Amino acid sequence: MQTEPAPLLTISGLSKQFPGGIAALENVNLRIVRGEFVALLGPSGCGKSSLLRIAVGLTPPTTGRLEWAIPQAPGNIGVVFQEPTLMPWASVRKNVEAPLRITGVAASERRERAMAMLARVGLENFADAYPRTLSGGMKMRVAIARALVTRPPVLLLDEPFAALDEITRQQLNDDLLHICNANQLTVLFVTHSAAEAVYLSSRLLIMGAHPGTIIHEMVIDAPPVRQEAFRHSVQMASYCAEVSAALRTGSLQGALT
Amino acid sequence: MRAIRFFTPLLVVIVALGLWEALVYVWQTPAFVLPPPSAIGQALYDDFSSLLYSAWITLRISLLAFVLAAAGGVSLAVLFSQSRMVEMALFPLAVVMQVTPIVAIAPLIVIWVGVDHPDRALLLMAWIAAFFPVLSNMTIGLRAADHGLLDLYRLYGASRFQVLTQVRMPSALPYLLSALKISGGLALIGTVVAEFVAGSGAAMGLAWRIMESGNRLQISKMFAALLLLSALGIGIFFCLSALEHLLLRRWHESQLSREH
Repeated sequence: MQTEPAPLLTISGLSKQFPGGIAALENVNLRIVRGEFVALLGPSGCGKSSLLRIAVGLTPPTTGRLEWAIPQAPGNIGVVFQEPTLMPWASVRKNVEAPLRITGVAASERRERAMAMLARVGLENFADAYPRTLSGGMKMRVAIARALVTRPPVLLLDEPFAALDEITRQQLNDDLLHICNANQLTVLFVTHSAAEAVYLSSRLLIMGAHPGTIIHEMVIDAPPVRQEAFRHSVQMASYCAEVSAALRTGSLQGALT
Repeated sequence: MRAIRFFTPLLVVIVALGLWEALVYVWQTPAFVLPPPSAIGQALYDDFSSLLYSAWITLRISLLAFVLAAAGGVSLAVLFSQSRMVEMALFPLAVVMQVTPIVAIAPLIVIWVGVDHPDRALLLMAWIAAFFPVLSNMTIGLRAADHGLLDLYRLYGASRFQVLTQVRMPSALPYLLSALKISGGLALIGTVVAEFVAGSGAAMGLAWRIMESGNRLQISKMFAALLLLSALGIGIFFCLSALEHLLLRRWHESQLSREH
């Protein structure tokens, strides 16, 4: 439970042009408050991944302002990419330890924290396994454990479950909600699945393409840890309908301009 | 299955040797044209110590050249990975060195280095032959690191050194090991070519034994020297394949069976 909503991330008037003059993002404004689970939903190519890369500092914006209310120290923002991006030559535990190794944490503490994180994602028995032997869902769990091992207050995920089957995806969604809630994480979750966005988030931002900008905002009014029943509720269905309508308007606008 | 894989080629070799022996006997081929396997075995037995000594000389230069080529190739590739400028400046030179036939530069090297130190001339030629595959493969390997991992390391503020040792080097390892297998053989070839060019006297490696036996029409001994030479080549390849298997067996696709 957060006591008062203070903006953790403020983005204002942000644009991104790639070489060749292609406008990926135009005038994006958003605020993320401490403790929120924000989903960023949009069709492929709308620049949502670019926005995430800009937010974590991997790519500079062309214009606009980006402000974090937390110190920009290494390991303060956890990131999970579309691919698990694990090191195939290292065991699961070593993979989870990597961020701690970079920031110079002692070996024994590294090991302890990595094992604790692996237990959190249910992979404590796979610490010595190599990534190749794991399923897609398990690899993603390792990536999540790695992102959280530095105990960041913020977690950013870029379509992390897009390549997984529906059953694994739902399982991981539930586990992610659990972990985020238990650690009071602030989350920005990029996805192209409306159902996933509604199921996970407390607030949902919809992006349109050409140019990429936020066209609709929704607050999802449901308990922070969702129950299975929510997946099939009328409430869920009506949220999804609203999302579809917004996406359709977005693509219409994109086609007209 | 293992037994079949081992015994089938062995059987083929035995049959071929038997056929060879029989045909030489039936056709009465002169020994200075084609000696029977038994004569070759006899020559190997008679001159074993001198042949073994020559094999050691050739092996020593090959191994030294190989180690220096591996070290030089890896170091230069690491330098390339740190500076695109250096790579653009030096890589073409390395290519020129590679595409110029080693036999063609050999006389020059013998004049420059070989007059006082024939060993160094041999070493240099073998090194040139073995160097390029390591440089080329290692350069590609260092560049082939997963971009997602590079991003991740940037996010955590990793130093260039950490990126190099924790991401780029391990990514390049399969490339390096496959280059080493090629370079090991090339170092031996380079040494033999160099021995041929350097000619008689100072260097008494296996190539020199081959020339000497040729001059004296001791073809059995020539075959015996050849036999040792291929044994060296096989030995080098086997050792490097074993090293590759040892280092990659737990994680790299090339080393994993698909039977499960």
